[in-house]
This record gives sequence, structure tokens and C-alpha cells, in this order.
Amino acid sequence: MPTRIGEVIRASSQGLTAESYELHSPPPLGSLVRTSDGEIEIYGVVGNAATEGTDSGRRPVARGRDEPDEESIYREHPQLTKLLRTTFDVLVVGHSESGDIRHYLPPRPPRVHSFVHTCEQDEVRRFTGSLDFLPTLLSVRDGPGDEVVSACLRQASAAHEDRRGFLVRAGKELSLLLNGELNRLNAILRRIRL
Amino acid sequence: MNDHGSRGERLGIVVGGSLTEGMEVKLDSATPIEEMAVGRYVVIEGQKSRFFGMINDVSLGTIDQQMTVTPPDVSDPFIADVVAGTGTYGKIHVVPMLAIGGDAMTLLEGPQPVKTVPTHFSKVREASEQDVEMVFGREDETHFYVGTPLDMETKVCLNIEEFVKRSNGVFGKSGTGKTFFTRLLLIGMVQKSAAANLIFDMHNEYGWEGTSEQGPKVKALKQLFPSKVALFTLDAESARRRNVSTDFVVEIGYNEIEPEDIELLKETLNLTQPALEAVYQFAREFGEQRWLEGFFDLDSGEETKDLLKRLNIPESSYGNLRRGLTRLKRLPFLVQRARDNSVQRILEHLDRKMHVVLEFGRYTDVTAYVLVANILTRRIYDQYRERTEKAMGEDKAKPHPLVITIEEAHKFLNPAVAEQTIFGIIAREMRKYRVTLLVIDQRPSGIDEEVMSQLGTKATYLLDNDKDIDSVLTGVSGKTQLKTVLSKLEAKQQALIFGHALPMPVVIRTRDYGSPESYKEFGFREAAELKRQAEEEIKDLF
Repeated sequence: MPTRIGEVIRASSQGLTAESYELHSPPPLGSLVRTSDGEIEIYGVVGNAATEGTDSGRRPVARGRDEPDEESIYREHPQLTKLLRTTFDVLVVGHSESGDIRHYLPPRPPRVHSFVHTCEQDEVRRFTGSLDFLPTLLSVRDGPGDEVVSACLRQASAAHEDRRGFLVRAGKELSLLLNGELNRLNAILRRIRL
Repeated sequence: MNDHGSRGERLGIVVGGSLTEGMEVKLDSATPIEEMAVGRYVVIEGQKSRFFGMINDVSLGTIDQQMTVTPPDVSDPFIADVVAGTGTYGKIHVVPMLAIGGDAMTLLEGPQPVKTVPTHFSKVREASEQDVEMVFGREDETHFYVGTPLDMETKVCLNIEEFVKRSNGVFGKSGTGKTFFTRLLLIGMVQKSAAANLIFDMHNEYGWEGTSEQGPKVKALKQLFPSKVALFTLDAESARRRNVSTDFVVEIGYNEIEPEDIELLKETLNLTQPALEAVYQFAREFGEQRWLEGFFDLDSGEETKDLLKRLNIPESSYGNLRRGLTRLKRLPFLVQRARDNSVQRILEHLDRKMHVVLEFGRYTDVTAYVLVANILTRRIYDQYRERTEKAMGEDKAKPHPLVITIEEAHKFLNPAVAEQTIFGIIAREMRKYRVTLLVIDQRPSGIDEEVMSQLGTKATYLLDNDKDIDSVLTGVSGKTQLKTVLSKLEAKQQALIFGHALPMPVVIRTRDYGSPESYKEFGFREAAELKRQAEEEIKDLF
């Protein structure tokens, strides 16, 4: 199964933006993806995703008034798939250097045009075995913010055998990290309970 | 339950505290707080040594104060699981009592008193059976098993040899199990032959059989150790009626009562101070041996009036004294001349390392008890003192230790009389003359403070009067912590024991006593079994 899903089009130490190869098919919110800067594998969590016109000067217009269904719009106007693109933001949460996973930011951001891969369940389990990436994730305040945190934990829990155990452990970690922010904690906890 | 067989389950980590105040332990989230009980043992794994301690408080904490105002929705099991141990946590307060060193040298020396505290975040775990055994020893020549710690099966053993070296006390409200425990201690002393015992048995509980609130009567000393125990009585008739065979009937002659004995009875006989002074004057007049007889011989004639005038005794004091002493006259065991010397008989038995139980039969009133106990003890103590001094002078072995058991101890040891009574002297001078006391009382606050502080080992059942609790705990380190433990004892069969004969304070559930198995453990054999054994031995012979 192909894991290559897109390409980096903007890169910074904290995060990057990638363009999805498939229109309308960004990786799910909160899922773990991997890219590299050549030597170092960089891990990130999918945040905001968006589909818009490739040319920021030309905004898409409605075309379906006389079409029987949505699919036929794309059939009738095949150029649309070229004029639209799907991008997604990735919040960098760690990296791996010669096989060792580190839950902190890599020394350099990835190169633009690096490939972005989805992570296999095995890899997800390995990376989320430690919850040390949570502080990095919680420190991102713009965009969907805590929604990403809860989505990420939900996604990751599927890779663990003891799903509930993993979530309880994560919840405990969160309650330590969010000391004094009871409302934020409660909001996340309500989103990750099974 | 145990992770590695010999180790108890991990409970949490040390987060603070001090040597004087005890250690704060934050419980792991997996540790159910409701299973932590005050009085339980834990082991703190320090870096260099292990600390053995007791839980004396359990509390709850929250990380975020806001949580106490807007509590999380714990009806959701997931949120409840998350919050437990992180947002909220349990704490226990542990008083370290003993340190067990890690190296071979200190292991040999055994547990030592604590002089420092474990480092931050030392692991705390439940004390395992082995830990407890290491601290309280195993049942052997000198150790007598008295009960088990709470929620454990390990035996807590008293070092009986050390125990008899000092005076000891058993306290507790009435009906909590004092008599039961005392009987157990006496059995221990008889079984280990650590000391001869003289027991002033006010309610006929220790000699032949004792009552048990739950069920049938339990066997007491004479039944369990017939060859080692002699049963003396003041009331032969009562013994006959109870079908108890006694070894000796005690009588006390008027000549054996000294003015000091009357002083002790001041309260019970309702005597005034001038009346007491009159006693001494009569003693000077008639002689120490004859004064009481002389006093009873006085009639209401002129001669008496002259005598009173000469001795400068007011009529009213005389009347007061007469009323008081007449009450003594009504005690049937008080006779003009005793047929036999009771003290000598008791001493003979004690010399043979036997144990003497003196039953009071029907004379359970305090006057008889105080009078007899005082007279006999004073004279026995004199003998012991003489012998010990002689032994010291001639560099010979000192006499076999003697333990005197008294009930209603506050009558003998209250601050007003403790200075003068023989019991006060024994309690303070302690082991010098090899005579010690075992005092039993329900109002320890009534006992002189100095005497209380001299008691070596104390066992206390539930007490709820603050004054009593304070007085039992005088001179004990960690008093405030023990106070919590003491006030949380169950109403029956649970006792806090601390002092000389134990390495550290311990709450025990007293040992089973009353079942055939328990008698067997004490070394008792049924007649049928004895017969069978004898038959087998005979068979072996031929």
C-alpha cells in the first residue's frame, strides 16, 4: 500500500505545509505522518487541511446548478482537478536519527518537496509509546489547537492493543501538563473518551 | 498479591516530611486509598537502608484547587480513571520507626531506631510478612506470640525476658479485653518461665477459669499448667461452690496490719486526716503488732476516754476511725491470729519457681483487695530485697524475678498514695530487687505520672477519655501520631502495644485464646492425650 501521500511545499522548524497528491484526500486530522530532511526522519501530526484554487487570484465558482449530482460536475469539467489543490498543515512533534525516536524538534526543518508519508500502525505505536510529544503539541495555540491533540490521541490509540489503557495514560499526562487549566483539560478528556 | 514473592505491593513515593513529624507519602494512582488503614505497616526503601514505619494518617489531595470547586465528571469511568492519582491523589502519613541497614553488618545487628529520613521519592511499599517477622521476631525461648498485626498473619512476639525486667501496664476501657490479654501475658510468663508470678485476682479470672463474653468459660492458669501454678484463696467457701480446688486458704492476722496499710485505705474507709494520725498514735501506744487488736478491745468506758485524752485524740476522729475499722472487722479472712503464715507459704511456692494466684472469692470490694495486696506485697518485697542485697554482697545469683499483678491499679498508685505504698516503690525502683509489677487499669489517668512513665511495656485497648490517652502515652516518642492510632482502635481485641519488650509500637489483634487448638499451642494436653502418651511410653519400655 503506497504510503507516499504528498509533498512539502512550505517548511519551518515547528511545522510544514504539504500538498496532497490526491485532491480532497488529506490524511486524517491528528494522524501521524513522516517526512525527512535527507538524513533525519521528521514526524508530525496532521493539523489543519484545506482545499482551494491553485491560483489565489481565481476563486472557484459554483457550477452544479444543472448537474444531476456532484460527481458529474468533475466529469463535465475535468480541468477542475488541476485548478484545485488540497493542502494540509503538519505540526512537527519529533524526529528519528539513525533509528532512535526523539520527541522534540529536529535540528533543521525538512526540505521543500520532501515526500510526506503516512505512518504504519507499527510506527505509530513506536512513536506514541512515549507521550513526551504532548507538550510540543499542546504548545501550538493557533489553528484547531486542542482538537488536534484529541484527534491525535484517538488516532494513536487505535494502534495500541490496550486502547483504553493508552488513553487513560495520555489523560493522566495531560492532567499534569494542563495543571491549572481545568476547562481545557476537561474539553480534551471529553473528546478522547471511548 | 506480591510482585516478587517476598515484597509487599508498591504503594507510592515519599514526597516530604521530617523525622519528628513523619513522612508524607503520595500514593500511586493504582493504590486504592480506601484500603489504607491507620496502624498498618509499610516499608520505605531508602537509598542505604530500609525504614520500617506505621501509617498514622490518610488524606486526600488535589493538584488544582479549582477541581474542588468544579469537580470533574467522575460518573464517567474514563474520566474517573484519568483523574485518580493525577488531578486528585491520596496521601498517607507514615512514621518511620526502625531502620534496617542494607549491608551485612547492620543486617546482623537487626533493626535500629530511626535517626534520619529516607530521601525524596523513595519507594514505599506494604510491609511483607518477612519484614514484620524480621522486626518482631519469631516465637522461641524468649519470644511469646501475643497476636497478629492488622490485616496480616504474621506473629507479633513479645520478648518476655525483657518484659519482666520492668513494670508493665495493661490499660483500656472496661470490656475491651484487658483481662483476656493479661491472662495471655501471664501464660506467656509461665510458659517461658521468665519470672515467678503473684497475681492478686480480684474477680477470680486468672486462677482456674475465666469468663469470656462470647461464649463458654476459658481455661486459666491452673488448668493449663497444673504443676506450675498454685491457687490460693481468701474465700474457701466460694472456691468450693465454684468447684475449684485450692492449694491454700489465706488468713490475715490483726498483727499483720500496720498503720501504713490503713493509710492506703483512707479513701475507701472514709477516714479523715486526724483519724489517720490517731492510728499512728495507737500504734505507738499498743505497739506495731498489737495496735489493731488493742483498738478493737477498747470499750466505751472511762478508760478509753482517758486514753484518748492522754493521746490527744478528739472524740470525733476516734468515732470516724472506729466506723472505718469496724468495716475491716467484718472481713472473714481477717482473724485475730492467723493459723499459718501466708506470706511464708507464698514465698515457698515462688521459690520453687511456681506461680501463685490469690483469688478473692466473694470479697471483691476494693477495701479487701487493697488491704490484702498491700500487706502481702510489702512483706514479700522486703524478703526479696533482703535476698537480693545478700546476693549482691556475696556475689551469688540474684533471686528468680517476681512479677506482681494488680488490678484497679489506680487505687494503689494514685498520686496521693503512690509515694508511700509499696507498689509505688516497686514501680519506681524497678528491677533493682527483681520485683516488678503488671498493673491493670481502666483509668490510667488516675495513676501517678511518675509511675506511668516508669512502666516498661504498655498495652492499651481502646480508651476514649483524653486524659487517659495522654497519661498512657506519656514519655513515648511520636505521641501525637500514636494518639490517632489509639483512638481508632476497634472496641474489642485490638490493642496498641509499645515499649521496652518490643522494637516499635504495634497494633495487634490479640491471639486466639479459648479454642482447644489454642490450649494446645500453650502446651496444654487433655487428660485423654496424656493417658495415651503414658500408655505408649509404657509400651515402649517393655
